[in-house]
Amino acid sequence: MRRITVHPILNFPPKKKVKFIFEGREVEGYEGEPIAAALVANGFYEMRESVNLHRPRGFFCAIGNCSSCLMVVDGKPNIRTCITPLREGMKVEIQKDKGVLK
Amino acid sequence: MIEVDGVPTFENLKTSMPTEERMRKKAVAMHECYQDIPCDPCVYSCPTKAITMETLVSTPRINHELCNGCGLCVAACPGIAIFLMELKEDRGLITLAYEFVPLPNPGEIVDGLDRYGRAVCEARVERVYSLPGIDKKTKTSLVRISVPPEKIMEVRFFRRRE
Amino acid sequence: MIEPDVLVVGGGPAGMNAALAAANAGATVLLVDRFQNLGGQLVKQTHKFFGWAARGAGARGFELAQKWEGEIQNHPRIRTLLGFEVIGAYKDGIWLAADLEDFYKIKPKRVVIATGASERMITFENNDYPGVYGAGAVQTLMNVYGVLPGERYLIVGSGNVGVIVAYQLLQAQAKVEAIIDILPRLGGAYWVHAAKIQRAGVPILLKRTITGVYGEGHVERAETIGVDEKFQPIPGTERTFSVDVVLLAVGLMPLSELLFELGVREYYIPELGGFVPWHDETGRTSHPEIFVAGDVAGIEEATTAALQGRISGLQTALDLGYEVNKDEIDELKMLLTQFRRSSLSEKVCQGLERLHTKGV
Repeated sequence: MRRITVHPILNFPPKKKVKFIFEGREVEGYEGEPIAAALVANGFYEMRESVNLHRPRGFFCAIGNCSSCLMVVDGKPNIRTCITPLREGMKVEIQKDKGVLK
Repeated sequence: MIEVDGVPTFENLKTSMPTEERMRKKAVAMHECYQDIPCDPCVYSCPTKAITMETLVSTPRINHELCNGCGLCVAACPGIAIFLMELKEDRGLITLAYEFVPLPNPGEIVDGLDRYGRAVCEARVERVYSLPGIDKKTKTSLVRISVPPEKIMEVRFFRRRE
Repeated sequence: MIEPDVLVVGGGPAGMNAALAAANAGATVLLVDRFQNLGGQLVKQTHKFFGWAARGAGARGFELAQKWEGEIQNHPRIRTLLGFEVIGAYKDGIWLAADLEDFYKIKPKRVVIATGASERMITFENNDYPGVYGAGAVQTLMNVYGVLPGERYLIVGSGNVGVIVAYQLLQAQAKVEAIIDILPRLGGAYWVHAAKIQRAGVPILLKRTITGVYGEGHVERAETIGVDEKFQPIPGTERTFSVDVVLLAVGLMPLSELLFELGVREYYIPELGGFVPWHDETGRTSHPEIFVAGDVAGIEEATTAALQGRISGLQTALDLGYEVNKDEIDELKMLLTQFRRSSLSEKVCQGLERLHTKGV
C-alpha cells in the first residue's frame, strides 16, 4: 500500500493530518477521508471478523453497501468505515460480533 | 482478432492506413477505431475537416489528403485510438497520446512496444508536448517517438527502460 | 418534515441531472446521498467520456461531476442532504433519511430513485479475504483518496470496468499482472479500451478463471485455471499469480431495495443486470409518483444515466404543473435513442424491449 503523490490526471493536494487510535495504537490519516481508506493506507487490511466463522474481512465495496468494513468506532458498532469520515482522536476497533445496542 | 481481444489485425488496419507515399510527405493521422462507439470528438477537433462520420455511432473516416498532421485529434480521442504517422528516410515517427507519469525526456532511448505490449525495437523519444486549448485542461500529453521505418505500423506504445 | 416537490435519492450522474432538470423547471428538490459528496461513481472516472462533442464528450468523469455539483450547490431550489441515507419509504408517502445522529422525515410529491448499482461477487476459495476488492472500490480508493491498496494486481473480468481500472492502475504506477476472463472473448470491453492496456503490456487472458486466493491474513497469491467451452476447468492449465490485490469486475446489479419495499413492479431481466423496476420512457414506474433513472433502471453507463436523469426530472416537474418545454424531453429521448443505436447497446436494447413487453 502507499499514497499516490504524482498522477498524470489527478491532483492530491496535501490535506490535514489527524491522529486516531486503531486497536490501541496511534495511527495517522487525513481528516475527512473514510476511516477504512486511512487504515488501508497504513497497511491495516482487516476491518472486522465474520460473525460465525471469525474470518478476517476487509475493504470491499467502498459505497457503504456490503458490510465487509463494519467496525466499532468510538464504542459504536456497525459503523460503515468506507463511507464514514475520519476525525482526530477517533477510537477504531476491529468488530468481532454483531454489535450490541447500548 | 479484434472481436476476441480488441486488438486490431492487419485486415482492420488496412481500412484506415495512410499510403506510404502520404506518410513520406508529412505527418498524417491514422485512427484505429473500428467499433461503432457512440462518440464524435475527433470530428470536431479537426481544423481541416479531414475527419468525418455519418452518424454518432459510425466509425470515423480520415481524409489523409486533407489532414495536416496537427495532432489535435490524437489528443481529443477519448479512446486513445488515433496516432500520427510520418516516414523519414531512415526512421518512422509515431506520435501518440500519453497519460502516464513520469513523462519521458526527449532524447531518451525506450523500448518500442507492439499492440500486445511486446518490445519489438529500440525507439527514441523525439518530442514531449501538449496541445494548449484542447488539452491543457485534460492533461493528455503527446509523445513523438522514432522507430526503424519498417516498424511504423507495428509499434504503438513504448516502455521506459529502468 | 421536509416537503419538497421532488425527492431524488442518489447523487450520481442520474440523480444530479434529475435534480437539476426538475429544479430548473421550477420544482423544489431534495437530493439525498449517503456519501459525503455528490458525483456518485463519476468522481473516480479519470478517462475521457465518449459521446457528443457538442454535449461535453471528451470531458473526464470527475470533471463532469464537479460541473454538475457546482450547479446544484448554487441552485436556489435544490437542497442536499449528504452523508444521509434514505432508509425507508412508507405507504403513507413518508420517506426517512438518516445518518448516525439524526433523521429527517420527508413528504415529497414525486420521487426519482437513482441509487445506482452494486458490484457482483463470484465464488472461489477465500473470496471473502482482505485483498479481494470490488473493482470500483479500488477506483475509489486510488482516484478519490489517493490510496493504492497494493502493488501487484490481478483483475477478474474484461468488461469496461475491468479494463478501465487496469488503465487507471497503470496511471497510478501500479503493476497489473493480468486481466482474466472465463469467456472466450472480451467480456464487453470496448475494443479501444482493451487495446490501450494491452499495448501497455497488460495481458488479457481469456478462457481462464480464478479458483482461490491465499496468504497470511491478506491476499499474497491468486490461483487460476484455464477452462473449456463448457467453462469446465482443464487440469494442467493452472497458473499462479503473485499479487496482493484481486479485483472483481464481474458485473453490476441494480440497487433496488427501496423499490422492493414499496412494492413497485419489478422483473428479472438478465440483460439489464437482474431485477429491474418496470418503467416507461420517462422512468415512471408502476407507482405513478415514483421514477427511476440510471443503473437502478438497468445497468448501462454514465452518459445514458445522465440523459435518463434529465428526462425523469423534467417529467416530475411536468406532472406537478411546472412549465416544461416538451420539445426538450423529446430531444433528450432522441439523444438516448441515437446513443443506443450502437451495436454496443444491443443487449441493453433487448433488455428494455423485454421489460416493455411486460405489463405494468
